[in-house]
Amino acid sequence: MLKYIFKRIISLIPVLIGVAFIVFSLLYFTPGDPARMVLGDMATEEALQAFRETEGLNDPFIVQFGRYLYKATTQADIGRSYVTKRAVTNEIMTVFPATLKLAAFSMFLAVIFGIPFGIISAIKQYSWFDSITMIFAMIGISMPVFWLGVLLILFFSVRLNWLPSSGFGTFSAMILPSISLAAQGVAIVTRMTRSTMLEVIRQDYIRTVRAKGQKESLVIWRHALPNALIPVITIAGIQFGQLLGGAVLTESIFSIPGVGRLMVEAIKMRDFPVVQGGVLYIAVAFSLVNLLVDLIYAWIDPRIKAQYR
Amino acid sequence: MSQMKKRKMGNFGEIMRRLKKNRLAMFGLTIVVLLFITALFADFIAPYSYAKQHLSDAFQAPNSKYILGTDEFGRDIFSRIVYGSRISLQVGFIAVGLAVVVGGFLGAVSGFYGGKIDNLIMRAMDILLSIPQILLAIAIAASLGPGLFNLMIAVGISSIPSYARIVRSAVLSIRNQEFVEAAKAMGSSDFRIIMKHILPNSMAPIIVQATLGVAFAILTAAGLSFIGLGIQPPMPEWGAMLSGGRGYIRDYPYMTLFPGLAIMITILALNFLGDGLRDALDPKLKR
Amino acid sequence: MTEKKDFLLDIQNLTVHYETDSGVVHAVEGLNLQLGHGESLGFVGETGAGKTTTALAIMQLIPNPPGKILNGNIIFDGQNLNTLNEEEKRHIRGGKIAMIFQDPMTSLNPVIPVGEQIAEMIELHQNVTKDEAFKKAVQMLELVGIRPERAKDFPHQFSGGMRQRVVIAIALACDPTLLIADEPTTALDVTIQAQVLELMKELKKEFNTSMIMITHDLGVVAEICDKVAIMYAGSVVEYADTRVLYTNPLHPYTNGLFNSIPDLDEDEEELKVIQGLMPDPTNLPSGCTFHPRCPLAQPECSQKKPEMIEIEPGHFVACPVCCNAFVKKG
Repeated sequence: MLKYIFKRIISLIPVLIGVAFIVFSLLYFTPGDPARMVLGDMATEEALQAFRETEGLNDPFIVQFGRYLYKATTQADIGRSYVTKRAVTNEIMTVFPATLKLAAFSMFLAVIFGIPFGIISAIKQYSWFDSITMIFAMIGISMPVFWLGVLLILFFSVRLNWLPSSGFGTFSAMILPSISLAAQGVAIVTRMTRSTMLEVIRQDYIRTVRAKGQKESLVIWRHALPNALIPVITIAGIQFGQLLGGAVLTESIFSIPGVGRLMVEAIKMRDFPVVQGGVLYIAVAFSLVNLLVDLIYAWIDPRIKAQYR
Repeated sequence: MSQMKKRKMGNFGEIMRRLKKNRLAMFGLTIVVLLFITALFADFIAPYSYAKQHLSDAFQAPNSKYILGTDEFGRDIFSRIVYGSRISLQVGFIAVGLAVVVGGFLGAVSGFYGGKIDNLIMRAMDILLSIPQILLAIAIAASLGPGLFNLMIAVGISSIPSYARIVRSAVLSIRNQEFVEAAKAMGSSDFRIIMKHILPNSMAPIIVQATLGVAFAILTAAGLSFIGLGIQPPMPEWGAMLSGGRGYIRDYPYMTLFPGLAIMITILALNFLGDGLRDALDPKLKR
Repeated sequence: MTEKKDFLLDIQNLTVHYETDSGVVHAVEGLNLQLGHGESLGFVGETGAGKTTTALAIMQLIPNPPGKILNGNIIFDGQNLNTLNEEEKRHIRGGKIAMIFQDPMTSLNPVIPVGEQIAEMIELHQNVTKDEAFKKAVQMLELVGIRPERAKDFPHQFSGGMRQRVVIAIALACDPTLLIADEPTTALDVTIQAQVLELMKELKKEFNTSMIMITHDLGVVAEICDKVAIMYAGSVVEYADTRVLYTNPLHPYTNGLFNSIPDLDEDEEELKVIQGLMPDPTNLPSGCTFHPRCPLAQPECSQKKPEMIEIEPGHFVACPVCCNAFVKKG
């Protein structure tokens, strides 16, 4: 088992290097002169040249990438913001927790609601519950997260004044943004759970359990569910990535001080190091979550566990 | 060979029959067709130009003169939504088209040749996949700069990995089957084998993914425009319209309501259609 | 007819339908079957004849939707199973009637150790603690020839033949009165088949379990069954002691089945087949379901569904034509 963990962690490294490569390349090839971006339009030609020398901007691509990678892995230094001149890493670390909290809470909602709804829909296939749930799920997938956010603000903040439309920290401030983020997640988890349950219920071994004379409720709970939830875990991991992506949009609407809002502001100000830095950190977080999901999966499914005994 | 063709044609009829039975899918198809017509004949359907400002008529709620009201510059919202359908469809199809062609090619090569090439390509895809799709699109769009074209490229590139995977797995499942061996023994070139045997058999999952992919592309494009990437004003992209109307949501909610509704209905229709196609093409899964 | 009270299982006029998109599938039509105490019955027929449906009906496991027991009585040990409530049915399943299914590779839950799966059966029908149930489960494993240390292993760690043994262990764990085995060896290699059959023969003797063995393999029937029932398109067409049936098959379909087995001693050019195909279960022929393919068919055969006639003591045939011919012969 430890061997598997070790192997998976090792295989993560080339992926992260690859992501760093993409991020760096995007930065490198973005039109615009970094020197001018940092020093401003008033800077003299000498100042610009000096800046380029010290920052190593005249070196070949590979050298610059190597330097970037080295600094990133040893000092967590991925450049400075063009606007605030502070280290990108610091900027991001200040706001990352908010984003993680939001995404985690939305993930929690997605699982808490999605799995039971999916199970019941599968057991009562073709019932009215199933049909309604599926239609809602469809709507959930199709609804743009930013539109839902705006609608929720419209109804609950503006018209009804029940919940705040911005800020962070208090629980009530978290509710609307989490719901708008989680909607798509709930929909996807519901659909996925339903479809795996439907498949599992049709398996021969379920018939064997019924032939033993087992109560239907235990057939589902003890036999069908454990098998059905295994793939759902993988989906949940991927969903987290989508949630992180969606958080970018949600934070803008609800003025939440997270990585997303930081990036959106940076886009407006053409502060590319921050934009790409945000992408890098989120990609790293996503990869770690996927690693965790893989490990849980391996731990739970005896077929995989046995391979690495 | 003609026997196989006949069977494929026969299958097509079956598939259409199954699809027609699915009411939601048919509903989706109707909406998509309507959307196409709207986009094609936008000039005839929209009463006003999407950029024309009627400043004295700004901020009007839906009325007889302006069916869905006007925005802060007095532009007719209905007309803008109609023209917006053009943009959405363009982005959706071109982005997905790009992803299918490039991703499909990579997947086919990867699956067919296997070995080191397969490893290399799949690693590259894994790297792309470790960045959430929307973020990848944002990163690329931020780098390329504003513009509809850049938006299409950004969304397209971020979608490549899924098609690469689909085609690769279809190729892997077919590659080992006997009729490929037979074709090789007959002396068919690799290219011919891919084109004639492998591609037709991987059509089904590609079509399903592409339909859902167009939906996702439109959604992503709207999201990107929402945060200010891609579309430049006064282009009537639905996401940009939503973003523009946000500041006025308290008093003039219809400015955000209608573009959002347009997005949602489009995505819903495409998702219904995509799901329906998936069920029609692989009915084993349903019952 | 033999006295009904003596039967362990008496199926009377059973009809089971499935409602599907492409029509109503008449899986079982007016089936009659009896099984005495301690007997083992071979239930023979081609794929699609309705054997599994009959077995599921006995177990009251017909999936609903889309299936339904429309008609008939299934009298087991004096009780009509069709009239019991769900709790009573569960009591019988596994406890009094146990079933083994065809494909051992998919019959076991992949995420639960085999010992626990056997123990579950015991816990359901016997009043014991979890530990006692597990101990007994391990004993059952040994009984079917699996080392007790393997009780904590998972199904994927066993071969097909061994998985089937586990399935047998589960089925016999509570000493059921009746065991229904649905093609238990079809999915296994020939050598493993022989082993599993041997095992079943021993256990049958040891536990004195009555058995219904569903199979399409006449060889298996000859090995292990006292009586045989031949099934075609939803009903039984011939029923007799194994010896009697094998030496004197009467129904044209039974004859067709025996004739299609190639004979090593004879010098044949072509395989003898029964002409025609199994009928479409959504559109069964009228009258006798076999008449379109029957070499002895008469006009009346398409009009009236034949009854089972006891042509000699214990030998029943559902074909008036061949019965007349038999009687005439003397």
